[in-house]
Amino acid sequence: MPQDARSAPEPVAVTLSVNGETHSVEIPPSATLLDVLRERLHLTGSKKGCDQGQCGACTVLIDGRRVNSCLQLAVMNDGREITTIEGIGTPEHLHPLQAAFVTHDAFQCGYCTPGQICSAVGMLDEGHAHGPEEIRELMSGNLCRCGAYTNIVEAIEEVRRAREAPTLKAPTLEAAE
Amino acid sequence: MSNVHPYVGRAHPRVDGALKVTGRAKYAAEFFADGMVYAAAVPATIAKGRIVSIDLSAAKSAPGVIDILTHENRPELPDSDEPYLNDMVAVPGSPFRALYNDRILYSGQPIALVVADTHENARHAASLVTATYEAETPTVDVAEARHEAYDTFEPRDGIPPPPPPRGDAEATFKGADIKLSESYRVAPEHHNPMELMATTVIWEGDGALTIHTKTQGVNNPKNYICAVLGLDPGKVRVTSPFVGGAFGMVLRPQYDLLVATMTAIKLERSVRLVLTRGQMYTMGWRPDTLQTVALSAKEDGELTSISHHAIQATSQFEDYQEPTVNWSGLIYDCPNVSLKYELAKIDVSTPSDMRAPGAALGVCALEIAMDELSYRLGMDPLELRLKNYAEKDQNDDKPFSSKELKAAYAQGAEQFGWKDRDSRPRSMRDGKELIGQGMATGCWEAMMQPHGGRATLSAEGKLEVACGTADIGTGTYTILAQIGADALGLDIDDVTARVGDTSLPMAPPEGGSWGAASAGNAVRVACTALKEELLKAARGLHDSPLANASLEHVSFANGKISLVSDDEKFVTFGDAVRGSGSADVTAEAMFEPDEDFAGKYASYTHSAVFAEVRVDEQLGVVRVTRIVSAIAAGKILNLATARSQILGGVVMGIGMALHEETMWDKALGRVVNANLGEYHMPAHADVQNIDVIFVEEDDKANPLGVKGLGEIGIVGAAAAIANAVFHATGKRVRDLPITIDKLL
Repeated sequence: MPQDARSAPEPVAVTLSVNGETHSVEIPPSATLLDVLRERLHLTGSKKGCDQGQCGACTVLIDGRRVNSCLQLAVMNDGREITTIEGIGTPEHLHPLQAAFVTHDAFQCGYCTPGQICSAVGMLDEGHAHGPEEIRELMSGNLCRCGAYTNIVEAIEEVRRAREAPTLKAPTLEAAE
Repeated sequence: MSNVHPYVGRAHPRVDGALKVTGRAKYAAEFFADGMVYAAAVPATIAKGRIVSIDLSAAKSAPGVIDILTHENRPELPDSDEPYLNDMVAVPGSPFRALYNDRILYSGQPIALVVADTHENARHAASLVTATYEAETPTVDVAEARHEAYDTFEPRDGIPPPPPPRGDAEATFKGADIKLSESYRVAPEHHNPMELMATTVIWEGDGALTIHTKTQGVNNPKNYICAVLGLDPGKVRVTSPFVGGAFGMVLRPQYDLLVATMTAIKLERSVRLVLTRGQMYTMGWRPDTLQTVALSAKEDGELTSISHHAIQATSQFEDYQEPTVNWSGLIYDCPNVSLKYELAKIDVSTPSDMRAPGAALGVCALEIAMDELSYRLGMDPLELRLKNYAEKDQNDDKPFSSKELKAAYAQGAEQFGWKDRDSRPRSMRDGKELIGQGMATGCWEAMMQPHGGRATLSAEGKLEVACGTADIGTGTYTILAQIGADALGLDIDDVTARVGDTSLPMAPPEGGSWGAASAGNAVRVACTALKEELLKAARGLHDSPLANASLEHVSFANGKISLVSDDEKFVTFGDAVRGSGSADVTAEAMFEPDEDFAGKYASYTHSAVFAEVRVDEQLGVVRVTRIVSAIAAGKILNLATARSQILGGVVMGIGMALHEETMWDKALGRVVNANLGEYHMPAHADVQNIDVIFVEEDDKANPLGVKGLGEIGIVGAAAAIANAVFHATGKRVRDLPITIDKLL
């Protein structure tokens, strides 16, 4: 039986820190972080592809760790530092991974791309990927129906190598042109 | 310094790349308006029958609920099919009408639309809607309906019926010594673009609507919604600047468009409707198709007969069709060919075009059968293909406009190392892994559509090229910018491409691989018209150095129109624009495909696909370790985006070969794996090395020489993998996907 329709819980006041900015919102306790980001903060870079933690398009970084934001209740994230794709880089100042994705044509429709990039940022910081095979394994939570996988792995691998050997030049927007 | 011409033919990065990698590209569900409300659809829980009653009481009293629409209280909808047929991709039959009446035609059909102040409240209230039904027993398996298959349907526009038989395939087959006749089936699939189906309707205040919807061409939903809801086309604008994947799923308007727009008009408010991933399994799909292929050959491998028969599922209410069997009369030279294509009705939503509709299934069956024949003959599979190479289109008795498939076979085989293959099954292994190598041919028709284009140059020397097509990830923005930059001799950074808006020149939905040739040529002719206008303005200047020049006497480069014979004589773009008396100069033009040429020649793209798999002998796990896809598809406009198109097709082919399968519960008539966890499509770990080769091919069907690439990458890919699995294991699997259970 459905719950009593009228007994909906009261909205909850939450303070979310997103990309370094503080947002105070009143939200239903059932609201997911993804929906709050998209519909209330208008940060639509985090994408909804399944709403059940199966595709990775909604990946954000919470205190530096990659997380499916559709599986997070927003209220659980009061006080945590959330980074979305909008906080990774801008068109004028791309993050090296963003630049590498452009250079390697590591996307087509672009819908899974913010999740792929956030996931790659988190994965590289985890420090477990030492080459393409591990990248493939550790990125398998991020689906791409356009099938850009080989290019995505090349883009991430290029940035990973540049980080390991700082003398190698990380990709930049200029390189993308 | 990116101003190096020509841009066309190079690997230029996507012009929309920075927007996509930073999350700034806006998709249909990402537009906002004050007072916008949220809708959620309620799906039927039976697959066949009628609604007896819907109980809205709990939902109505839920927090934030504004309205609930059902077939009983909805605004008026037309009661004939006519308005609903304003769909450029409609198929014969009676189009689905959402919330129209009490009849349930398939599981998941929407029975109500709940509207609330927030997304959370709409979703919650939708879960409270209940209904009682009079249920009938559904049939959702085409194999159960095959005895009622029919070929008496009205042909679908643009889908050629099978050609009449040539020679006598049946008698030849009967008398042949070397032959095979086998049945093949590829599991039904869903497109599963990453973006959820979505429509955001912005109520502009005076009855005007701006509709942001997921579509492969904005004009189609606009025509449809204006016809069905009786709207003034002058007050409706549809946009779709970015599309999060489509693969054919949104060629036709889906129900989200109709119910969201109807609700916005009723409430006089902006409305957002996003469907769930599960609901996306209740619309268009790649149809379940039962195929039989019979081949006979002489000892030297020369094909003597080909028969191909397909029975394809469709819905109870529409005769959806795709070209499934015709390829078997086209790809190989053969005097005796018999092709038959039938439909069978089941209680599901109407199938829809999905990447290489028809070819992905039909060529797959043919190419597995060809592999089987090669083993009967003891002949190399590639040799067998070369032995039967078709030099003309025998279906239509026409020469090909171009066909460099032989070069594709040769370059693909070389890159793959095909000559080192030991042809015996189970002959190659590495430890506990069996290694298999297989190949297949692919083919897709090269099509074009009449298409509008516009080009506008500002006094500052900025060019905008525009048309109402879509970029569903194919790279359309980029190729249009490349074409525009080349036409005016501009730096590509000074060119903006616009698509996905009904305020732009007419374009058909993009699909069938006709987008690049159609939109590209439309922008090309618009740029030519623009150059005429600019030259006219330049000639009209006082003491113009170009006074008597015509287009062939001048060049457009470096921001100037110069005499070819004396480049000291020129007019700058800025002076020409100012001379026109306007702030900018604009020209619109229509591209019309050359019908005479199309009457004389058959135009197809071709591929040679080589696959290597490793199969764990004990566990039956198959990994695709290597694919080489060699493509003959005319002129390549952008090597980077073109390569990505082929990669995407190949990856979807891996899914078809090994993973993808939509499963219906036969009693409930409902998809039981309607999610991305249980419908497995290839993930990172499933995709290893893919090489793409574009062979040189000079084609004259259109001035750009483009044939299109969206489909060809998938055609043949699944067959090549299935053939590699046979080579590895000695086990011939004829029903795809080749899951572990079929190998153990």
